[in-house]
Amino acid sequence: MPTSGTSMEIGFNQHISGQFNSDLEAIRSQMMEMGGLVERQVASAIDAITTGDTSPADEIIRREDDVDKMEVQIDRECTQILVRRQPAASDLRMVLAVSRVVRDLERIGDEATKIAVHALEVNGNSSGYCQQSIRYMGVEIGKMISGALDAFARCDVDGALDVVRNDKLVDQQYSAALRELITYMMEDPRSITQAINILWILRAIERIGDHARNISEQVIYVVSGADVRHSSISEMEEKAHKEDDE
Amino acid sequence: MSIIENHKTDGQPFSENPKLKARDVRVFYGEKQAIFDVSLDIGANEVIALIGPSGCGKSTFLRCLNRMNDTIDICRIEGEILLDDENIYAPKMDVVPLRARVGMVFQKPNPFPKSIYDNVAYGPRIHGLVHHRDELDEVVEKSLQRAGLWNEVKDRLHAPGTGLSGGQQQRLCIARTIAVDPEVILMDEPCSALDPIATAKIEELIDELRENYTIAIVTHSMQQAARVSQRTAYFHLGQLIEVNPTDLVFTTPEHTLTEAYITGRFG
Repeated sequence: MPTSGTSMEIGFNQHISGQFNSDLEAIRSQMMEMGGLVERQVASAIDAITTGDTSPADEIIRREDDVDKMEVQIDRECTQILVRRQPAASDLRMVLAVSRVVRDLERIGDEATKIAVHALEVNGNSSGYCQQSIRYMGVEIGKMISGALDAFARCDVDGALDVVRNDKLVDQQYSAALRELITYMMEDPRSITQAINILWILRAIERIGDHARNISEQVIYVVSGADVRHSSISEMEEKAHKEDDE
Repeated sequence: MSIIENHKTDGQPFSENPKLKARDVRVFYGEKQAIFDVSLDIGANEVIALIGPSGCGKSTFLRCLNRMNDTIDICRIEGEILLDDENIYAPKMDVVPLRARVGMVFQKPNPFPKSIYDNVAYGPRIHGLVHHRDELDEVVEKSLQRAGLWNEVKDRLHAPGTGLSGGQQQRLCIARTIAVDPEVILMDEPCSALDPIATAKIEELIDELRENYTIAIVTHSMQQAARVSQRTAYFHLGQLIEVNPTDLVFTTPEHTLTEAYITGRFG
Protein backbone atom coordinates (compact mmCIF):
# COMPACT_ATOMS: atom_id res chain seq x y z
CA MET A 1 0.00 0.00 0.00
CA PRO A 2 1.44 3.40 -0.89
CA THR A 3 2.83 5.13 2.16
CA SER A 4 2.19 8.63 0.98
CA GLY A 5 -0.13 10.48 -1.28
CA THR A 6 -3.33 12.38 -1.45
CA SER A 7 -6.54 11.48 0.29
CA MET A 8 -7.39 9.30 -2.70
CA GLU A 9 -8.06 5.75 -1.51
CA ILE A 10 -6.98 2.82 -3.62
CA GLY A 11 -9.92 0.47 -4.07
CA PHE A 12 -10.19 -2.61 -6.23
CA ASN A 13 -13.22 -1.24 -8.07
CA GLN A 14 -11.76 2.04 -9.30
CA HIS A 15 -10.15 1.05 -12.58
CA ILE A 16 -10.96 2.86 -15.78
CA SER A 17 -11.84 -0.55 -17.17
CA GLY A 18 -15.10 -1.77 -15.63
CA GLN A 19 -14.34 -5.25 -16.92
CA PHE A 20 -11.07 -5.27 -14.96
CA ASN A 21 -13.02 -4.26 -11.82
CA SER A 22 -15.45 -7.11 -12.27
CA ASP A 23 -12.70 -9.64 -13.12
CA LEU A 24 -10.90 -8.80 -9.86
CA GLU A 25 -14.16 -8.88 -7.91
CA ALA A 26 -14.99 -12.25 -9.44
CA ILE A 27 -11.82 -13.99 -8.27
CA ARG A 28 -12.19 -12.51 -4.80
CA SER A 29 -15.80 -13.53 -4.37
CA GLN A 30 -15.21 -17.01 -5.78
CA MET A 31 -12.27 -17.42 -3.40
CA MET A 32 -14.57 -16.46 -0.51
CA GLU A 33 -17.20 -18.91 -1.70
CA MET A 34 -14.55 -21.64 -1.88
CA GLY A 35 -13.38 -20.62 1.61
CA GLY A 36 -16.94 -20.98 2.92
CA LEU A 37 -17.25 -24.46 1.47
CA VAL A 38 -13.87 -25.54 2.88
CA GLU A 39 -14.79 -24.09 6.28
CA ARG A 40 -17.97 -26.22 6.33
CA GLN A 41 -16.03 -29.30 5.25
CA VAL A 42 -13.63 -28.87 8.16
CA ALA A 43 -16.42 -28.22 10.69
CA SER A 44 -18.31 -31.34 9.56
CA ALA A 45 -15.15 -33.46 9.73
CA ILE A 46 -14.41 -32.30 13.27
CA ASP A 47 -18.03 -33.00 14.23
CA ALA A 48 -17.78 -36.48 12.80
CA ILE A 49 -14.77 -37.31 14.92
CA THR A 50 -15.90 -35.64 18.15
CA THR A 51 -19.55 -36.75 18.16
CA GLY A 52 -18.97 -40.24 16.79
CA ASP A 53 -21.71 -39.57 14.22
CA THR A 54 -19.92 -40.39 10.97
CA SER A 55 -22.90 -39.77 8.69
CA PRO A 56 -21.44 -36.52 7.23
CA ALA A 57 -18.15 -38.26 6.29
CA ASP A 58 -19.35 -39.55 2.92
CA GLU A 59 -20.68 -36.11 2.02
CA ILE A 60 -17.29 -34.54 2.91
CA ILE A 61 -15.44 -37.03 0.72
CA ARG A 62 -17.85 -36.44 -2.14
CA ARG A 63 -17.57 -32.66 -1.97
CA GLU A 64 -13.78 -32.69 -2.12
CA ASP A 65 -14.20 -32.85 -5.85
CA ASP A 66 -16.09 -29.53 -5.81
CA VAL A 67 -13.27 -27.91 -3.85
CA ASP A 68 -10.71 -29.15 -6.39
CA LYS A 69 -12.76 -27.83 -9.30
CA MET A 70 -13.07 -24.42 -7.67
CA GLU A 71 -9.32 -24.23 -7.21
CA VAL A 72 -8.69 -24.96 -10.89
CA GLN A 73 -11.39 -22.53 -12.02
CA ILE A 74 -10.20 -19.61 -9.87
CA ASP A 75 -6.59 -20.22 -10.78
CA ARG A 76 -7.53 -20.20 -14.45
CA GLU A 77 -9.24 -16.83 -14.00
CA CYS A 78 -6.16 -15.46 -12.24
CA THR A 79 -4.05 -16.55 -15.21
CA GLN A 80 -6.46 -14.78 -17.57
CA ILE A 81 -6.18 -11.55 -15.57
CA LEU A 82 -2.37 -11.76 -15.66
CA VAL A 83 -2.41 -12.30 -19.42
CA ARG A 84 -5.05 -9.73 -20.32
CA ARG A 85 -4.44 -6.95 -17.82
CA GLN A 86 -0.79 -7.26 -16.79
CA PRO A 87 -1.76 -6.00 -13.34
CA ALA A 88 0.71 -3.97 -11.27
CA ALA A 89 1.16 -3.00 -7.63
CA SER A 90 -1.81 -3.85 -5.37
CA ASP A 91 -3.72 -5.46 -8.26
CA LEU A 92 -0.78 -7.74 -9.02
CA ARG A 93 -0.40 -8.64 -5.37
CA MET A 94 -4.13 -9.37 -5.13
CA VAL A 95 -4.10 -11.74 -8.10
CA LEU A 96 -0.97 -13.55 -6.87
CA ALA A 97 -2.43 -13.80 -3.37
CA VAL A 98 -5.76 -15.20 -4.56
CA SER A 99 -3.90 -17.80 -6.59
CA ARG A 100 -1.86 -18.81 -3.54
CA VAL A 101 -4.83 -18.75 -1.16
CA VAL A 102 -6.94 -21.08 -3.29
CA ARG A 103 -4.09 -23.59 -3.21
CA ASP A 104 -4.07 -23.47 0.59
CA LEU A 105 -7.86 -23.78 0.66
CA GLU A 106 -7.66 -26.83 -1.57
CA ARG A 107 -5.13 -28.41 0.79
CA ILE A 108 -7.37 -27.62 3.77
CA GLY A 109 -10.10 -29.44 1.84
CA ASP A 110 -7.75 -32.43 1.43
CA GLU A 111 -7.03 -32.47 5.15
CA ALA A 112 -10.76 -32.33 5.96
CA THR A 113 -11.22 -35.36 3.73
CA LYS A 114 -8.41 -37.18 5.54
CA ILE A 115 -10.11 -36.47 8.86
CA ALA A 116 -13.40 -37.82 7.44
CA VAL A 117 -11.69 -41.01 6.18
CA HIS A 118 -10.08 -41.65 9.55
CA ALA A 119 -13.35 -40.83 11.34
CA LEU A 120 -14.91 -43.69 9.37
CA GLU A 121 -12.02 -45.98 10.33
CA VAL A 122 -12.32 -45.34 14.07
CA ASN A 123 -16.10 -45.54 13.90
CA GLY A 124 -17.59 -47.92 16.48
CA ASN A 125 -14.22 -48.55 17.99
CA SER A 126 -13.48 -45.15 19.39
CA SER A 127 -11.42 -45.29 22.51
CA GLY A 128 -11.75 -41.59 23.06
CA TYR A 129 -8.05 -40.84 22.78
CA CYS A 130 -7.22 -37.14 22.78
CA GLN A 131 -10.89 -36.16 22.39
CA GLN A 132 -10.30 -33.04 24.41
CA SER A 133 -7.36 -31.94 22.25
CA ILE A 134 -9.24 -32.67 19.03
CA ARG A 135 -12.23 -30.65 20.23
CA TYR A 136 -10.04 -27.75 21.33
CA MET A 137 -7.92 -27.75 18.16
CA GLY A 138 -11.04 -28.16 16.02
CA VAL A 139 -12.59 -25.02 17.49
CA GLU A 140 -9.33 -23.10 17.07
CA ILE A 141 -8.76 -24.04 13.42
CA GLY A 142 -12.39 -23.17 12.67
CA LYS A 143 -11.76 -19.70 14.08
CA MET A 144 -8.47 -19.47 12.20
CA ILE A 145 -9.99 -20.28 8.80
CA SER A 146 -12.85 -17.81 9.21
CA GLY A 147 -10.48 -15.24 10.74
CA ALA A 148 -8.07 -15.53 7.81
CA LEU A 149 -10.87 -15.21 5.23
CA ASP A 150 -12.41 -12.24 7.08
CA ALA A 151 -9.00 -10.57 7.28
CA PHE A 152 -8.59 -11.11 3.53
CA ALA A 153 -12.01 -9.64 2.75
CA ARG A 154 -11.36 -6.59 4.92
CA CYS A 155 -7.63 -6.22 4.13
CA ASP A 156 -7.13 -6.38 7.91
CA VAL A 157 -3.47 -6.91 8.88
CA ASP A 158 -4.16 -7.11 12.61
CA GLY A 159 -6.80 -9.77 12.07
CA ALA A 160 -4.28 -11.72 9.99
CA LEU A 161 -1.66 -11.46 12.74
CA ASP A 162 -4.18 -12.83 15.27
CA VAL A 163 -4.58 -15.93 13.11
CA VAL A 164 -0.82 -16.42 13.01
CA ARG A 165 -0.66 -16.16 16.82
CA ASN A 166 -3.45 -18.74 17.10
CA ASP A 167 -1.45 -21.16 14.98
CA LYS A 168 1.17 -21.21 17.69
CA LEU A 169 -1.47 -22.38 20.22
CA VAL A 170 -2.64 -25.12 17.86
CA ASP A 171 0.95 -26.29 17.40
CA GLN A 172 1.45 -26.43 21.17
CA GLN A 173 -1.75 -28.42 21.66
CA TYR A 174 -0.65 -30.78 18.89
CA SER A 175 2.65 -31.52 20.68
CA ALA A 176 0.80 -32.13 23.96
CA ALA A 177 -1.65 -34.50 22.26
CA LEU A 178 1.23 -36.43 20.69
CA ARG A 179 2.78 -36.97 24.10
CA GLU A 180 -0.58 -38.22 25.37
CA LEU A 181 -0.89 -40.68 22.47
CA ILE A 182 2.64 -41.99 23.03
CA THR A 183 1.74 -42.71 26.63
CA TYR A 184 -1.28 -44.78 25.56
CA MET A 185 0.77 -46.70 23.04
CA MET A 186 3.51 -47.46 25.55
CA GLU A 187 1.01 -48.66 28.11
CA ASP A 188 -0.92 -50.89 25.78
CA PRO A 189 0.48 -51.97 22.39
CA ARG A 190 -3.03 -53.08 21.33
CA SER A 191 -3.99 -49.41 21.24
CA ILE A 192 -1.44 -48.65 18.50
CA THR A 193 -3.74 -49.12 15.48
CA GLN A 194 -6.35 -46.88 16.99
CA ALA A 195 -3.77 -44.36 18.20
CA ILE A 196 -2.28 -44.09 14.73
CA ASN A 197 -5.67 -43.15 13.30
CA ILE A 198 -5.99 -40.46 15.95
CA LEU A 199 -2.43 -39.35 15.15
CA TRP A 200 -3.35 -38.83 11.49
CA ILE A 201 -6.38 -36.82 12.53
CA LEU A 202 -4.33 -34.61 14.85
CA ARG A 203 -1.75 -34.15 12.14
CA ALA A 204 -4.43 -33.12 9.63
CA ILE A 205 -5.85 -30.57 12.06
CA GLU A 206 -2.41 -29.16 12.75
CA ARG A 207 -1.75 -28.83 9.00
CA ILE A 208 -5.05 -26.98 8.52
CA GLY A 209 -3.77 -24.45 11.06
CA ASP A 210 -0.61 -24.01 8.97
CA HIS A 211 -2.65 -23.40 5.83
CA ALA A 212 -4.81 -20.81 7.63
CA ARG A 213 -1.59 -19.14 8.68
CA ASN A 214 -0.41 -19.13 5.04
CA ILE A 215 -3.64 -17.41 4.02
CA SER A 216 -3.07 -14.74 6.66
CA GLU A 217 0.45 -14.16 5.35
CA GLN A 218 -1.08 -13.39 1.97
CA VAL A 219 -3.33 -10.76 3.58
CA ILE A 220 -0.20 -8.99 4.84
CA TYR A 221 1.35 -9.30 1.37
CA VAL A 222 -1.69 -7.77 -0.34
CA VAL A 223 -1.98 -4.89 2.09
CA SER A 224 1.62 -3.93 2.78
CA GLY A 225 3.61 -5.57 -0.02
CA ALA A 226 5.80 -7.33 2.56
CA ASP A 227 6.50 -11.00 1.89
CA VAL A 228 6.27 -12.53 5.38
CA ARG A 229 6.42 -16.18 4.47
CA HIS A 230 8.83 -18.14 6.67
CA SER A 231 9.04 -15.26 9.16
CA SER A 232 8.59 -15.40 12.93
CA ILE A 233 5.62 -13.60 14.45
CA SER A 234 7.75 -10.72 15.67
CA GLU A 235 9.38 -10.33 12.23
CA MET A 236 5.92 -10.39 10.69
CA GLU A 237 4.59 -7.69 12.99
CA GLU A 238 7.59 -5.55 12.20
CA LYS A 239 7.34 -6.01 8.42
CA ALA A 240 3.56 -5.62 8.34
CA HIS A 241 3.60 -2.36 10.24
CA LYS A 242 6.85 -0.95 8.89
CA GLU A 243 5.06 0.69 6.02
CA ASP A 244 2.73 2.56 8.40
CA ASP A 245 5.65 4.14 10.21
CA GLU A 246 7.50 5.44 7.18
CA MET B 1 -6.79 16.82 -9.59
CA SER B 2 -4.48 19.75 -9.06
CA ILE B 3 -0.85 20.50 -8.27
CA ILE B 4 0.25 19.25 -4.86
CA GLU B 5 1.45 22.14 -2.69
CA ASN B 6 5.04 21.84 -1.39
CA HIS B 7 5.44 18.39 -2.87
CA LYS B 8 8.72 16.66 -2.19
CA THR B 9 9.51 13.80 -4.53
CA ASP B 10 9.03 10.40 -2.87
CA GLY B 11 11.60 7.63 -3.08
CA GLN B 12 15.16 7.99 -4.31
CA PRO B 13 15.51 10.82 -6.83
CA PHE B 14 19.27 11.00 -6.30
CA SER B 15 21.88 8.44 -7.25
CA GLU B 16 25.39 7.65 -6.11
CA ASN B 17 27.03 7.96 -9.49
CA PRO B 18 25.09 10.62 -11.39
CA LYS B 19 25.80 11.39 -15.03
CA LEU B 20 23.13 14.07 -15.28
CA LYS B 21 21.81 16.11 -12.37
CA ALA B 22 18.65 18.21 -12.59
CA ARG B 23 18.10 20.64 -9.74
CA ASP B 24 14.89 22.61 -9.15
CA VAL B 25 14.06 22.63 -12.83
CA ARG B 26 11.07 24.76 -13.75
CA VAL B 27 9.84 25.09 -17.31
CA PHE B 28 7.38 27.67 -18.62
CA TYR B 29 5.65 27.87 -21.98
CA GLY B 30 4.85 31.58 -22.00
CA GLU B 31 2.80 32.18 -18.86
CA LYS B 32 1.99 28.55 -18.30
CA GLN B 33 4.26 26.53 -16.04
CA ALA B 34 4.83 23.01 -17.36
CA ILE B 35 7.43 21.67 -14.89
CA PHE B 36 7.55 22.41 -11.16
CA ASP B 37 10.85 22.19 -9.26
CA VAL B 38 12.04 18.85 -10.53
CA SER B 39 15.25 17.51 -8.99
CA LEU B 40 16.48 14.20 -10.31
CA ASP B 41 19.74 12.36 -10.92
CA ILE B 42 20.28 10.08 -13.86
CA GLY B 43 22.98 7.59 -12.93
CA ALA B 44 25.81 6.60 -15.25
CA ASN B 45 25.08 3.45 -17.25
CA GLU B 46 21.53 3.27 -16.04
CA VAL B 47 18.26 3.25 -17.91
CA ILE B 48 15.71 5.51 -16.28
CA ALA B 49 12.11 5.42 -17.46
CA LEU B 50 9.99 8.56 -17.27
CA ILE B 51 6.31 7.69 -17.09
CA GLY B 52 3.07 9.55 -16.49
CA PRO B 53 -0.19 10.54 -18.13
CA SER B 54 -0.24 12.71 -21.27
CA GLY B 55 0.68 16.30 -20.53
CA CYS B 56 2.49 15.43 -17.28
CA GLY B 57 5.73 17.04 -18.48
CA LYS B 58 7.86 13.95 -18.97
CA SER B 59 8.74 14.75 -22.61
CA THR B 60 9.27 18.42 -21.76
CA PHE B 61 11.67 17.38 -19.01
CA LEU B 62 13.49 14.97 -21.35
CA ARG B 63 13.90 17.72 -23.93
CA CYS B 64 15.48 19.98 -21.31
CA LEU B 65 18.30 17.49 -20.92
CA ASN B 66 19.92 18.40 -24.25
CA ARG B 67 18.39 21.85 -24.61
CA MET B 68 15.99 20.74 -27.29
CA ASN B 69 13.47 23.18 -25.78
CA ASP B 70 15.71 26.05 -26.93
CA THR B 71 14.09 25.62 -30.34
CA ILE B 72 10.72 26.70 -28.88
CA ASP B 73 10.64 30.51 -28.60
CA ILE B 74 8.16 30.83 -25.74
CA CYS B 75 9.87 28.16 -23.64
CA ARG B 76 11.78 29.37 -20.59
CA ILE B 77 13.80 27.18 -18.24
CA GLU B 78 14.91 27.88 -14.66
CA GLY B 79 17.07 25.77 -12.36
CA GLU B 80 20.17 23.79 -13.23
CA ILE B 81 20.96 20.77 -15.34
CA LEU B 82 24.49 19.45 -14.87
CA LEU B 83 26.19 17.02 -17.22
CA ASP B 84 29.23 15.68 -15.38
CA ASP B 85 28.83 18.63 -12.99
CA GLU B 86 28.88 21.16 -15.81
CA ASN B 87 25.78 23.34 -16.19
CA ILE B 88 24.44 22.80 -19.70
CA TYR B 89 22.51 26.09 -19.49
CA ALA B 90 25.69 28.09 -18.77
CA PRO B 91 26.13 30.95 -21.29
CA LYS B 92 29.39 29.54 -22.60
CA MET B 93 27.89 26.13 -23.34
CA ASP B 94 27.82 25.38 -27.09
CA VAL B 95 24.67 23.39 -27.84
CA VAL B 96 26.01 21.66 -30.96
CA PRO B 97 28.64 19.55 -29.16
CA LEU B 98 26.21 19.24 -26.22
CA ARG B 99 23.66 17.52 -28.47
CA ALA B 100 26.41 15.22 -29.73
CA ARG B 101 27.15 14.25 -26.12
CA VAL B 102 23.46 13.95 -25.29
CA GLY B 103 21.79 12.37 -28.30
CA MET B 104 18.10 11.93 -28.92
CA VAL B 105 15.87 9.33 -30.55
CA PHE B 106 12.33 10.41 -31.39
CA GLN B 107 8.93 8.78 -31.41
CA LYS B 108 8.71 8.51 -35.18
CA PRO B 109 11.82 7.27 -36.96
CA ASN B 110 13.14 10.23 -38.94
CA PRO B 111 15.93 9.08 -41.24
CA PHE B 112 17.38 11.74 -43.54
CA PRO B 113 16.43 11.31 -47.20
CA LYS B 114 19.90 9.91 -47.83
CA SER B 115 21.49 6.48 -48.05
CA ILE B 116 21.77 4.25 -45.02
CA TYR B 117 25.53 4.90 -45.01
CA ASP B 118 25.15 8.68 -45.19
CA ASN B 119 22.54 8.73 -42.44
CA VAL B 120 25.05 7.21 -40.04
CA ALA B 121 28.04 9.10 -41.46
CA TYR B 122 26.28 12.48 -41.22
CA GLY B 123 27.08 13.21 -37.55
CA PRO B 124 30.74 12.14 -37.55
CA ARG B 125 31.27 14.23 -40.72
CA ILE B 126 29.74 17.49 -39.45
CA HIS B 127 31.34 17.15 -36.03
CA GLY B 128 34.70 16.47 -37.70
CA LEU B 129 35.17 13.26 -35.76
CA VAL B 130 36.78 11.39 -38.68
CA HIS B 131 39.45 12.33 -41.17
CA HIS B 132 39.67 9.45 -43.63
CA ARG B 133 37.20 7.41 -45.58
CA ASP B 134 38.46 4.21 -43.86
CA GLU B 135 37.78 5.69 -40.46
CA LEU B 136 34.29 6.72 -41.53
CA ASP B 137 33.59 3.22 -42.89
CA GLU B 138 34.64 1.82 -39.55
CA VAL B 139 32.40 4.19 -37.56
CA VAL B 140 29.43 3.41 -39.80
CA GLU B 141 29.95 -0.33 -39.48
CA LYS B 142 30.48 -0.20 -35.72
CA SER B 143 27.43 2.00 -35.15
CA LEU B 144 25.19 -0.19 -37.29
CA GLN B 145 26.47 -3.26 -35.47
CA ARG B 146 25.79 -1.73 -32.07
CA ALA B 147 22.32 -0.79 -33.22
CA GLY B 148 21.77 -4.41 -34.27
CA LEU B 149 21.16 -3.45 -37.89
CA TRP B 150 24.44 -4.30 -39.62
CA ASN B 151 23.56 -7.82 -40.76
CA GLU B 152 20.29 -6.62 -42.27
CA VAL B 153 21.78 -3.72 -44.27
CA LYS B 154 25.46 -4.50 -44.92
CA ASP B 155 24.74 -5.43 -48.56
CA ARG B 156 22.72 -2.29 -49.31
CA LEU B 157 24.47 0.50 -47.45
CA HIS B 158 23.89 2.88 -50.33
CA ALA B 159 20.16 2.23 -50.58
CA PRO B 160 17.94 5.01 -49.18
CA GLY B 161 17.35 4.90 -45.41
CA THR B 162 13.69 5.70 -45.96
CA GLY B 163 13.27 2.35 -47.74
CA LEU B 164 13.78 0.39 -44.52
CA SER B 165 10.92 -0.94 -42.37
CA GLY B 166 9.77 1.16 -39.39
CA GLY B 167 11.73 -0.90 -36.89
CA GLN B 168 14.83 -0.84 -39.05
CA GLN B 169 14.48 2.93 -39.52
CA GLN B 170 14.32 3.39 -35.76
CA ARG B 171 17.45 1.29 -35.30
CA LEU B 172 19.06 3.36 -38.08
CA CYS B 173 18.23 6.49 -36.06
CA ILE B 174 19.80 4.88 -33.00
CA ALA B 175 22.89 4.02 -35.09
CA ARG B 176 22.98 7.66 -36.25
CA THR B 177 22.77 8.83 -32.64
CA ILE B 178 25.56 6.57 -31.41
CA ALA B 179 27.82 7.28 -34.40
CA VAL B 180 28.90 10.55 -32.76
CA ASP B 181 29.83 8.62 -29.62
CA PRO B 182 27.40 10.28 -27.19
CA GLU B 183 27.47 9.80 -23.44
CA VAL B 184 23.72 10.00 -22.88
CA ILE B 185 20.89 8.88 -25.13
CA LEU B 186 17.42 10.35 -24.67
CA MET B 187 14.54 8.36 -26.13
CA ASP B 188 11.09 9.86 -26.51
CA GLU B 189 8.64 6.97 -26.93
CA PRO B 190 11.00 5.21 -29.33
CA CYS B 191 8.73 2.21 -29.87
CA SER B 192 5.26 3.73 -30.04
CA ALA B 193 5.22 3.55 -33.85
CA LEU B 194 6.67 0.03 -34.00
CA ASP B 195 5.22 -3.48 -34.07
CA PRO B 196 5.92 -5.91 -31.17
CA ILE B 197 8.86 -7.65 -32.88
CA ALA B 198 10.59 -4.37 -33.75
CA THR B 199 9.82 -3.18 -30.21
CA ALA B 200 11.44 -6.28 -28.72
CA LYS B 201 14.56 -5.65 -30.82
CA ILE B 202 14.80 -2.03 -29.66
CA GLU B 203 14.32 -3.09 -26.03
CA GLU B 204 17.04 -5.70 -26.40
CA LEU B 205 19.26 -3.01 -27.89
CA ILE B 206 18.56 -0.59 -25.01
CA ASP B 207 19.72 -3.26 -22.61
CA GLU B 208 22.98 -3.73 -24.54
CA LEU B 209 23.57 0.00 -24.96
CA ARG B 210 23.39 0.49 -21.21
CA GLU B 211 26.93 -0.89 -20.90
CA ASN B 212 28.32 2.14 -22.68
CA TYR B 213 25.69 4.84 -22.37
CA THR B 214 23.32 6.45 -19.94
CA ILE B 215 19.75 6.26 -21.19
CA ALA B 216 16.58 8.15 -20.31
CA ILE B 217 13.43 6.87 -21.96
CA VAL B 218 9.95 8.34 -22.03
CA THR B 219 7.35 5.66 -22.56
CA HIS B 220 3.60 5.24 -22.38
CA SER B 221 3.97 1.50 -22.01
CA MET B 222 4.18 0.50 -18.36
CA GLN B 223 5.35 -2.95 -19.37
CA GLN B 224 8.15 -1.42 -21.41
CA ALA B 225 9.25 0.73 -18.48
CA ALA B 226 9.21 -2.37 -16.27
CA ARG B 227 11.23 -4.35 -18.81
CA VAL B 228 13.97 -1.94 -19.82
CA SER B 229 14.67 0.38 -16.90
CA GLN B 230 16.43 0.13 -13.57
CA ARG B 231 14.74 3.21 -12.14
CA THR B 232 11.35 4.69 -12.86
CA ALA B 233 10.26 8.29 -12.39
CA TYR B 234 6.57 9.12 -12.23
CA PHE B 235 5.48 12.60 -13.37
CA HIS B 236 2.08 14.10 -12.70
CA LEU B 237 0.89 17.55 -13.79
CA GLY B 238 4.48 18.76 -14.13
CA GLN B 239 5.59 17.48 -10.74
CA LEU B 240 7.97 14.60 -10.13
CA ILE B 241 5.91 12.49 -7.75
CA GLU B 242 8.09 9.46 -7.14
CA VAL B 243 11.39 7.93 -8.25
CA ASN B 244 12.29 4.42 -7.17
CA PRO B 245 13.93 1.23 -8.41
CA THR B 246 11.67 -0.11 -11.16
CA ASP B 247 10.93 -3.40 -9.40
CA LEU B 248 9.59 -1.47 -6.40
CA VAL B 249 7.53 0.98 -8.44
CA PHE B 250 5.58 -1.78 -10.18
CA THR B 251 5.02 -3.97 -7.12
CA THR B 252 4.90 -1.60 -4.14
CA PRO B 253 4.77 2.03 -5.26
CA GLU B 254 5.18 4.62 -2.54
CA HIS B 255 2.76 7.29 -3.68
CA THR B 256 -0.98 6.84 -4.19
CA LEU B 257 -0.86 8.71 -7.51
CA THR B 258 1.83 6.37 -8.85
CA GLU B 259 -0.23 3.37 -7.81
CA ALA B 260 -3.40 4.80 -9.31
CA TYR B 261 -1.65 5.48 -12.62
CA ILE B 262 0.22 2.20 -13.06
CA THR B 263 -2.83 0.14 -12.12
CA GLY B 264 -5.06 1.89 -14.63
CA ARG B 265 -7.21 3.87 -12.23
CA PHE B 266 -6.64 7.08 -14.20
CA GLY B 267 -4.39 8.18 -16.99
